[in-house]
Amino acid sequence: MAGDEKIIELKNICKTYDLHEAVTNLSLSIRKGEFVTLLGPSGCGKTTTLRMIAGFEKPSSGTILFNGKDITQIPAHQRNINTVFQKYALFPHLNVFGNIAFGLRFKTVPDGEPYEENGEMYQNVRKLTKVEIAEKVERALKMVDLEGYGHRHVNTLSGGQQQRVAIARALVNEPDVLLLDEPLGALDLKMRKDMQLELMSMHKKLGITFIYVTHDQEEALTMSDTIVIMRDGVIQQIGSPKKIYDEPANAFVADFIGESNIFSGIMREDFKVEFIDTLFTCVDKGFKKDELIDVIVRPEDIRVTEANSENAQIKAEVLSSVFKGTYYQTTVLTVDGEERNELLVHDNVECREGSVIGLYIEPYDLHIMRKSRLINTLETVMWDEGVVEICGGRFPCTSLLPSGTPVKVEIDFDDVRLFDDEEDGIIGGEVVDSIYKGSYYQCIVRADDRYQFFIDTEDDWLIGDRVGISVDPDKLIVTPLEEASANA
Amino acid sequence: MRKKPVSAVSKVGRFSFPRKAFAFPYMLFLLVFIIVPLVMVLINAFIDDATGRLTLRNFVTFFSDSTGLRVLGNSLVIGLLTTGICLLLGYPAAYLLSRHHASNRILVLLFILPMWVNFLIRTLSTKAIFLALGVELGMGTVIFGMVYNYLPFMILPLHTTLSDIDHAYTEAASDLGADGVQTFLRTTLPLSVPGIVSGITMVFIPTISTFAISELLSNRQIFLFGDSIQTKFSQGLYGVGSVMSLVMLAFVLLSSAVLNRLNRDDPKGGSLL
Repeated sequence: MAGDEKIIELKNICKTYDLHEAVTNLSLSIRKGEFVTLLGPSGCGKTTTLRMIAGFEKPSSGTILFNGKDITQIPAHQRNINTVFQKYALFPHLNVFGNIAFGLRFKTVPDGEPYEENGEMYQNVRKLTKVEIAEKVERALKMVDLEGYGHRHVNTLSGGQQQRVAIARALVNEPDVLLLDEPLGALDLKMRKDMQLELMSMHKKLGITFIYVTHDQEEALTMSDTIVIMRDGVIQQIGSPKKIYDEPANAFVADFIGESNIFSGIMREDFKVEFIDTLFTCVDKGFKKDELIDVIVRPEDIRVTEANSENAQIKAEVLSSVFKGTYYQTTVLTVDGEERNELLVHDNVECREGSVIGLYIEPYDLHIMRKSRLINTLETVMWDEGVVEICGGRFPCTSLLPSGTPVKVEIDFDDVRLFDDEEDGIIGGEVVDSIYKGSYYQCIVRADDRYQFFIDTEDDWLIGDRVGISVDPDKLIVTPLEEASANA
Repeated sequence: MRKKPVSAVSKVGRFSFPRKAFAFPYMLFLLVFIIVPLVMVLINAFIDDATGRLTLRNFVTFFSDSTGLRVLGNSLVIGLLTTGICLLLGYPAAYLLSRHHASNRILVLLFILPMWVNFLIRTLSTKAIFLALGVELGMGTVIFGMVYNYLPFMILPLHTTLSDIDHAYTEAASDLGADGVQTFLRTTLPLSVPGIVSGITMVFIPTISTFAISELLSNRQIFLFGDSIQTKFSQGLYGVGSVMSLVMLAFVLLSSAVLNRLNRDDPKGGSLL
């Protein structure tokens, strides 16, 4: 269905609103006929990206190619791309027919044979006739199962019907690309499931490219050929639903798509990984000895066995076990080791609460990925003796370097302190991510100058909240820059 | 212990009075200053000023007097012209105001500012300026004065309506291939019809009944219907004056009925154009 020909290419797109960067250096190519979903939590830049493809927003930098042609500066009405809007945006002053026919009134079609004049080829064009428009509208109404609704006023239609009109209004123009901005968000669950199937069959039938924006991971997994996962204006992973589910590129993707157990671990040697105080065999190699890594295990990949079975790699105590229709969702707490870790297990074995069971994981079910960062590092300058400037705030520290000395500051993940009240911290920031790692949460807080602090904390901080950040003076590792570079 | 909801309710009831009581002062005002005068006008129209008997002569006097009818015609023409000019000037202004959000408030304030000056002082100053510039007072100056006075009443409802139009509609139109002008003609303009209608209502209805502006800005050359009603009453011709007031009332009711109709019909597919 999807060929190799690229229909849309985004190259190094950035979009900045005032001070806020909505999309950062985004590059993406979309093949003709593909069903691509931009997926991510709200505020991740997916809608902004869609609006730039539609032409409602101009990128601050970068280019957009359409069939190889630069369309970055071409206004929306000259692009052969149509949009289904989030709240449909059906014209309230027109009936269903008027809404669907709206775009057709501006369309021109070739009239007569092309002719040559002064060595150039010309083609006369004409507008569509009333009869042609009526025919096309009828056909579009038929396609969305709304025959005979043409005379109805849009406000008298149900949400699902309005949705269909919006789709018909876009598709009647025979666009090369259809953009859909969370089109099913306003529908109830059952209607949403039906519309998902209908959109998929429409996509198959029409063969045009669909670019779909949603924050619903299940919707994305069901419908798409390709999923583009975004967070905070940056693409995290591009791949087929299966690939993204089976081989998440990082902890964020794993956490966002489906349920997963995410742990920090150490690569002891090739094919040997240690996490939750247990050594496991895995299929990964090529890491440094004792390199810190993230391990991701899907709940359905953890098998339950007897506690004293020889297969059991971990012993764990059952906290709860709930039947979910096709499997039991069991939460367990590891028994051995200095720190007890929580795991989520999906298996068709019912476990008694409080009992101790054995668990094992096949080597190929352990997904190991490099950590994106091991310690928070910034380059900055001393504000004064005993005070270092970080992200615009003045942090007391133990270093007595003179004011203005360029320095490198390192802060361990668990040395950053967060406060509910922004005022209680030295600087403020916004929580952009929070991932449970078995025994603690790893959260990412973006300071106002966009530096991202990685923080290991006991608490699950609410994504999108403003929090205060501070660091104890003796936990700030400050080294002068010259020395640091000389050492390196 | 059991709760006793019934007694609690009745206790509140004893000390409260019906909420509609708050409307009584205004209803009294309405009765004394609007209903009663209207009834008096209605009665006066059928009473002979000289004899005090019931008669239809006042109607005959007015409708057989060509000067009076010509004044009525003049008033309607000036009312229509003023409304038209206000719409032509006001729509683009309101449109620009609704686009530029940052400087918006100051601009709106600038448009409302003249209304803070007393209307008589404003009109007399306008007259003084015209005299100083050597402009001859007449039809032109009267219409200028009217537009000047009533323009804010056109801009404000238009501004409200235009600001309330969801930006998604214009985006949808351009998405469907409409350029700037087409987007305006096919979405913004039809969607702003309610604002146009209320703007027209707020300008046309007062202008056909206005007085003083025409008198002051034309040196009493141009006489509008409002002025001639005033003259009739000041001459003690209550009967004819009342008939004229009724005619005026009929026009006001008629025009607001027409405008209401336009507004109501609109969402069903029609538009002003």
